[in-house]
Amino acid sequence: MKRKDTAPAKSDLSVRLGPLKLNNPVTVASGTFGYGSEYQDYLQIDQLGAVIVKGTTLEPRIGNLPPRIIETPSGMLNAIGLENPGIDVFLQQHLPWLREHQVSVILNIAGNTIDDYTRICSLTEGHQGIMAIELNISCPNVAKGGLQFGTDPDTVEQVVKAVKAVTSIPIIPKLSPNVTDIVQIAQAAKAGGADAISMINTLMGMAVDIKKRRPVLGNVFGGLSGPAIKPVALRMIYQVYKAVDIPILGGGGIMSTEDALEFIMVGATAISVGTGLFVNPLLPREIIDGLNQYMMENDLTSLEEIRGAAVL
Amino acid sequence: MPLEKGLVIVHNRLSHDMYQLEFISPEMAARSKPGQFLQVKVNALNTPLLRRPISIYDVDKSLGSITLLYKVVGQGTEAMSRIRTKEYLDVMGPLGQGFNTSPPGRKILLIGGGVGIAPLVYLARVLKAKNYQVKVLHGADSRRNLVAFEKLREIGVDFLPATDDGSAGFKGLVTDLLATKLKASQIDYIYTCGPDAMMKTVAAYANANQIPGQVSLEEHMACGVGACLGCARQLKSSDREMVKICKDGPVFDIQAVEFSVQGEVSR
Repeated sequence: MKRKDTAPAKSDLSVRLGPLKLNNPVTVASGTFGYGSEYQDYLQIDQLGAVIVKGTTLEPRIGNLPPRIIETPSGMLNAIGLENPGIDVFLQQHLPWLREHQVSVILNIAGNTIDDYTRICSLTEGHQGIMAIELNISCPNVAKGGLQFGTDPDTVEQVVKAVKAVTSIPIIPKLSPNVTDIVQIAQAAKAGGADAISMINTLMGMAVDIKKRRPVLGNVFGGLSGPAIKPVALRMIYQVYKAVDIPILGGGGIMSTEDALEFIMVGATAISVGTGLFVNPLLPREIIDGLNQYMMENDLTSLEEIRGAAVL
Repeated sequence: MPLEKGLVIVHNRLSHDMYQLEFISPEMAARSKPGQFLQVKVNALNTPLLRRPISIYDVDKSLGSITLLYKVVGQGTEAMSRIRTKEYLDVMGPLGQGFNTSPPGRKILLIGGGVGIAPLVYLARVLKAKNYQVKVLHGADSRRNLVAFEKLREIGVDFLPATDDGSAGFKGLVTDLLATKLKASQIDYIYTCGPDAMMKTVAAYANANQIPGQVSLEEHMACGVGACLGCARQLKSSDREMVKICKDGPVFDIQAVEFSVQGEVSR
């Protein structure tokens, strides 16, 4: 490996995620970063490739009864239940703040019916500052919709097609790993007209309180995240990258620059940090710096040069 | 930046499962208020993964140090107990809303149960410095777990212990001590932290005697900054929204909380 003596040079970390141009590939995953302001003491959020905001629904949702989270080996289960103030409050209160802070915003939306998704998309029309919409068709923690949408290829294609018809904002469905064949789902998303795909959402799991002889989580089941799911995420991205020609926003247990590089090398164009933020709120910044250093040390002019490098 | 690696200068085992840890961070010490907490990364590994929320037990602004009091209850605190002096503690904070340090009246009662005494000690110090008359009740199973005794004596507040085995102070529950030995008319404001069953009784006492006050609650947390919405709690069954213990709390008005006694957590 060559070392360069020139002082803090900056590599070009920008990536193209389908129609989106990101200054760098590092984003923060929906549901782990609130609406951005929560982490402003720790990060200059305009330095992030994009902020994917909390899953937002048509109406406000109170979420699931506690306990909502529990730590598990190298990970955690969560069953928040899409608590959010609803799309109107997002557009009126949170979006202006994000715009003011010049953040690249990806809005994550969730619904019970295809109509919910299209109505939310229609409501965003005319509002500046939403770079893309991530379709949550994979939330394991709500009774209706959510995961149901993400496990049936025909429904995936229908919901993507329906929202593409009502908005010009790029659409990024977020895929569930709780399926038999992830490639089939990715193909359906592409067939529906998705501009990119985001993967993976959490893996469904549970934990038991043996003292109470009951499930720990109020919702019984929750979504597993953290380093425990990284191998699953890498395997699924590898499969999709190989089989489907669509840009991938990859994430699942990323805790370091090395982890981010693994995701890029199996085909991810951009990456998302989620649970890792709770452990280290500086992680996105550290990964941006780490990727910069990696590019310099390896004489890369673009991350494109290593994207998919490990796919045989 | 509310993120620090603070030099650990003291780490003592105070009883079979309680420890106090003091570390240096002048900036964090200067900003810490009674009732706030820190998110501690207990080791550099991914197991345990999440930070652990630990109450601020005491602050020495002249030395620039913060002391934490914690009880080993699970993998996280077990790993934390193995941190050695001269190592650096990875901490986030101070986080959350602290106690009201300008309560109405002069006669202030603090009631702690077990390790719940932790946030009340720094509160006692701050209130004492403001010339409040501070009385501290601490309930424990036996005298060896009355770990805050020396600090409270040094601060110079009245200290009334209650032990299950009668090895020190009142024999029985701290809430029975409250009900039988204290006069409600002599209390202007109450603060409490401890098991939900204890706080439930204290809150009922405060409400019955129309004494205002505050409680400090506990819940499993992930982010500690209000982003993940993991530490939600419905304070009253009639409430239409859930508070986040990390950001809206951990301190709440004593009248705002209904204690179910189901919310006990172990970690």
